[in-house]
Amino acid sequence: MLAAEQLACVRGERRLFANVGFRLDGGELLYLQGRNGAGKTSLLRMLIGLLPPEAGQILWRGQDIHEQIDEYRAELCYLGHHNAIKEELTPLENLLLSARLADETLSEDDALDALEQVGLAGREDLACKYLSQGQKRRVALARLVKERRALWVLDEPFVALDVAAVAWLAGIISGHLQRGGLAVMTTHQPVDIPAGTVRELRLG
Amino acid sequence: MLKIIAAVIGRDLKLALRRQADIVSALFFFIIVVSLFPLGVGPEPDLLRKLAPGVLWVAALLATMLSLPRLFADDHRDGTLEQLALAPHPLGLAVTGKVFAHWLVSGLPLALLAPVLGLQFDLPTDALLVLTGSLLLGTPALSGIGAIGAALTLGLRGGGILLSLLVLPLYIPVLIFGAGAVDATVAGLGGEGHLSLLAALTFAALGFAPWASAAALKIALE
Repeated sequence: MLAAEQLACVRGERRLFANVGFRLDGGELLYLQGRNGAGKTSLLRMLIGLLPPEAGQILWRGQDIHEQIDEYRAELCYLGHHNAIKEELTPLENLLLSARLADETLSEDDALDALEQVGLAGREDLACKYLSQGQKRRVALARLVKERRALWVLDEPFVALDVAAVAWLAGIISGHLQRGGLAVMTTHQPVDIPAGTVRELRLG
Repeated sequence: MLKIIAAVIGRDLKLALRRQADIVSALFFFIIVVSLFPLGVGPEPDLLRKLAPGVLWVAALLATMLSLPRLFADDHRDGTLEQLALAPHPLGLAVTGKVFAHWLVSGLPLALLAPVLGLQFDLPTDALLVLTGSLLLGTPALSGIGAIGAALTLGLRGGGILLSLLVLPLYIPVLIFGAGAVDATVAGLGGEGHLSLLAALTFAALGFAPWASAAALKIALE
């Protein structure tokens, strides 16, 4: 479903990688590995269509993503380095708002349920600026609980999480793969994802 | 389409209300600058009436510029801008919402305050009405044009100065026709012609600015 062919990336004057390609089908997970600065995040940003590749193309269901960008993005969920939450808003408001802005429907009950799953029950109405780093990350991850889009692109999703949360997130990703979803992620800590086929791609 | 614009407006208004310092500081700047002029130039009604349109408009323009650097910077820093760019609809729609929300918290209060401040300059009632009208018509153009500058300078160090340099020349037509409308009314000529041109500028800016800003934002996000 997702295929990359002959991708090359140049940042500044430096060539980060060239001739990178992979294929990913439903129920498969791609682990992107590589040292710091190898271009993992750049590759992810190419996959979500924010960074145009220097060479090569990315195909989704057999068609270049830039020719069908709105349709592609309706099937894409991206979680980056930044949590993409507003400090002034409460976790519940953040969750409902990010769903609305991404053109999804999320009921308040579903949102409360998601927040309970990430262990933020009782803090739904507290402004996010009063939460810890790990809790803010959990607010961002709560999006994934009800997320049914086919392709998840996750940049270092396990950062700032405690052991229990890492296991929980691995379970959420497994569930997504079991439903036939695809996931691409970078991580420095190896995490066991129980379901689905795991592929690896090493950059640099 | 309207749903996403409404969602962005709702979000930005909610954020602005939780962080009122930004709105209040721009308004205070406006009030202080406008109020200092009559004190500085002395109580000559004829001179003040002549100065009023220019002073009020320049102060409104500078007050609008105060809040511009933060228009996209906060969203850029916390990653929400990235998510807006990744939503399955054109980024220009989201920017339209942001421009409108910016006008609601900066341009609209300025326009509503202006007639009160205009009293200090001994402006006649019809001139006060035209002043409010010209600000209501002209400030959306300031927000729109400002958004282009804010998007182009996003993430640059010292972007504030560059932003002023980029935006000020584009603000000049709005300033000329806005202040001109009030001037013409004070002189008894009627400001309709100026107001029509101002409306045309605003429509052009609002149609064009969100898409130009969106293009600049995409480059900033690469």
